[in-house]
Amino acid sequence: MNTLIYASCLGLLCMIAEIMDLRKILVSLVVIGLAVIFYFNFQDWNHLSTHFNQMVRIDNYSVAFSGLAIVLSGLVFVLSADFYKNDEKHISDYLAILVFILCGALIMFSFWNLVMLFLGIEILSISLYIMAGSKRFDVRSNEAGFKYFLLGSFASAFLLFGIALIYGATNSFHLGNIAAYVSSHSISPLFYVGMLMILIAMLFKVAAVPFHFWSPDVYEGSPALVTTLMSTLVKIAAFGAFYRLFYVCFLDTLSYVHVILAIVTAATIILGNLIALSQNNFKRLLAYSGISHAGYMMLGLMSMKTGTASALFYYGTGYSIATIGAFAVAILVFKVMESENIESFNGLGKKNPFLAAALSMSMLSLAGIPPFAGFLGKYYIFSEAIKNGNIAITVIAVITSVIGVYYYFKVILAMYTKEPNETEVKSNIAYTSIIILCLLLSLLIGIFPDMLMNIF
Amino acid sequence: MMTLLILFFPLIASLLVFASGNKFAARVALLLSVIELGITYYVYTIYRQSGADAFYYFKEWISNPKISFHVGIDGLTLLMVMLTNFLTPIIILSAFNRKIENEKAYFSLITFMQFALVGVFMAYDGLLYYIFWELALIPIYFIALRWGGKDRVPVTLKFFIYTLAGSLLMLFGFIMLYHYNPSHSFDIRELYANANHICSCNQSWLFWMFFLAFAIKIPIVPFHTWQADTYKEAPTQGTMLLAGIMLKMGTYSLLRWLVPIVPHGVAEWGPLAITLCVIGIVYASVIAIMQKDLKKLFAYSSVAHVGLISAGIFTLNMQGFQGSVVQMFAHGVNVVGLFFCADIIFNRTNSLDVEGLGGIRTLAPKFNTMFMVIVLGSVALPLTNGFIGEFLLLFGVYEYNSWLSVFAGLTIILGAVYMLRMFQRIMLGNQNESIKSFPDLMWNEKIVLGIIVIVIVAMGIYPKPVFNLAQPALDLILKSATLK
Repeated sequence: MNTLIYASCLGLLCMIAEIMDLRKILVSLVVIGLAVIFYFNFQDWNHLSTHFNQMVRIDNYSVAFSGLAIVLSGLVFVLSADFYKNDEKHISDYLAILVFILCGALIMFSFWNLVMLFLGIEILSISLYIMAGSKRFDVRSNEAGFKYFLLGSFASAFLLFGIALIYGATNSFHLGNIAAYVSSHSISPLFYVGMLMILIAMLFKVAAVPFHFWSPDVYEGSPALVTTLMSTLVKIAAFGAFYRLFYVCFLDTLSYVHVILAIVTAATIILGNLIALSQNNFKRLLAYSGISHAGYMMLGLMSMKTGTASALFYYGTGYSIATIGAFAVAILVFKVMESENIESFNGLGKKNPFLAAALSMSMLSLAGIPPFAGFLGKYYIFSEAIKNGNIAITVIAVITSVIGVYYYFKVILAMYTKEPNETEVKSNIAYTSIIILCLLLSLLIGIFPDMLMNIF
Repeated sequence: MMTLLILFFPLIASLLVFASGNKFAARVALLLSVIELGITYYVYTIYRQSGADAFYYFKEWISNPKISFHVGIDGLTLLMVMLTNFLTPIIILSAFNRKIENEKAYFSLITFMQFALVGVFMAYDGLLYYIFWELALIPIYFIALRWGGKDRVPVTLKFFIYTLAGSLLMLFGFIMLYHYNPSHSFDIRELYANANHICSCNQSWLFWMFFLAFAIKIPIVPFHTWQADTYKEAPTQGTMLLAGIMLKMGTYSLLRWLVPIVPHGVAEWGPLAITLCVIGIVYASVIAIMQKDLKKLFAYSSVAHVGLISAGIFTLNMQGFQGSVVQMFAHGVNVVGLFFCADIIFNRTNSLDVEGLGGIRTLAPKFNTMFMVIVLGSVALPLTNGFIGEFLLLFGVYEYNSWLSVFAGLTIILGAVYMLRMFQRIMLGNQNESIKSFPDLMWNEKIVLGIIVIVIVAMGIYPKPVFNLAQPALDLILKSATLK
């Protein structure tokens, strides 16, 4: 609980920083603050507790995912100092909103009440709508913000409607009471409709096919740093909440939506990978790759009967770290090339071998090649799916991961086989350290996965 | 201790090579790979005294699913490691006196490749083995991509995706194996012990998962389409690594990870697999006859040879096994020699066209002699290393089915046709006008070809150490492969 309060305070601090004229050191302050929060977060480890009238429950699941979220946002914040260098006037606004995204995510990991879930999702989403449109004079950024807002409010409406129906059936918002209702009563039809509504909302949030249409446009239009956060932290948050809700409340009724989940998962994996093949814009490419990774994580969700939280956690960590590493390189390249197409990476292998090697390794990790974390993540997900008997979808997932290799290698090929142009790409200390950190983390958890896999 | 040293030394070497800078990279790489060869020899002497037990190294690695860092050296592993560590210095030496861009990255990737290959042969835990198997793909991909010929981009991508598709099927197979296995483990001892306890309906699935992965890597016809182009486009050292060692990963894996682990699957589908191998032998030999490009000709001859090796493994008798092991070693050495000869010719004439060359013999007599010995080794003339292996393999196939051996035997006749004809066109006859000068061998070329020639003859006359080395491991494999 302390985690949440401290994080909100950090957000407020960012807002008043403008008055106290702390803009220059604000990024360092926020990163230090996040480190402190990270420390306090793990004070709650193995101390199960409920707060605010049982609206929030802190258990090991929420602590672990909160820890991951704090680390991810910390990595992004380090990148933000340089990213907003030319827009220092508004930096405290941006940082405050980014911290509130983290707050929303923290609530989504620890809710024990459906109202809290809704609040968490809304805090996260509204902050994101603003950030997506935060390049005010860029048409595409405006489009991204507006599109995300319109479609996102639809999803929120679905969620709210689903929550209302479930309240109608069970007389409670409390997850424990809902779980008790599911296991003891004859279930009313209202409940199923409500569950389906919530499922749709969650599928929208994780950008699963057929609710994925917003994601490529929003990723493309948003500023690259926001896209980074969106494709990592926000995705993890959505999956964290999705899993928590379904594992606690709907585990026994999961078989009713199994067919829907199976179709959605298969479609997400296949379409995400296939459409990514024809993308030429790097952000869109990572958007579709993100959709396909969401598909793999859905495969883990489908198999939640045997408790796949640790597999999901591992997969999410590996995916996010590799994605942040890739975006860190991409932001540097985009800045000088003034283009976000894959061609802007041409000849990076000659121009800056370090960045090229780093991006290659991130791509290899996303493609699931050992010894990077992406490989064992895929392994755990496939293994859980086979254990649960979802063999056909696993076969599809295996085949499509080969397709995935093709588009990740498009980037590698551009860097190493195309001729470079004159412009120089330079890195700075913050980016270099973040890139090295991401690679080391990816290798570390890829080689010693027990560190993450044994925590639940 | 020695186990870990022999495994991780190439990894350290690759970092050192990269750190040593472009000027010294080649020499440092050569020195370090020779040291690794020395370590290998030392391991060999220990092995002869105390056998395989001295080298098992086991450490818990990942608790769920149970994956252990289990490596070891038995006779079969030792042979493959010897092949790898013997060929790597030769391959590095063959790159001396050639212009190579960014040498530190090139040689560092070669030694890294050596690390992955040694790892593949030493891993006794399924998932560890899989990780090394995939790891070996990355350096060779980048070697071919950055230093390859002009069509390298699509060709190497096809190679990568093709083999990765196979690998993922194998990963799927390993996961299934883990769940079907009563002891839930990837450890090779458990897999061997439970080989007969997995229901045969599942084994037939498992067979295909593993077989496809290996068949693509080896390659067995009809999964060979990536191979000839990749060999042609890769730089010489890359082709040597691919043909000399990486193909052996596939055949070694058939022996170690397929035949003893899914015996019922092999019983059911083995006849089909061996037929494919034999069809591949004939098909690849016929295509080799038609080739005009020297590297492609060697590539197809390689398909024919490894087809016979795989056929020998599927015979499931000791002659076939022994023959395949000897031939893996012999083919590795010979094919490296052949591709190096092609590189020497290309280096001097800028052409690999069999029709466009001729009469090199008079210009370069030393090269002519050495090339001749390697060609003879490759067409399995008695007293060369190729003969022992092919003889045993054909013997094994004959015991399995006499008709198959008739077709498999064509490899020797057809092999003689395309190899000798190629040799005659290129080396003998009148000097082609396009060849203005052909300097004889440089010092590094002399050493490389000299060593290869010595090994070809020595192994042809006295192959016994190889037999003795592999025998205990093959006994174990055969025991596990027998149906109960």
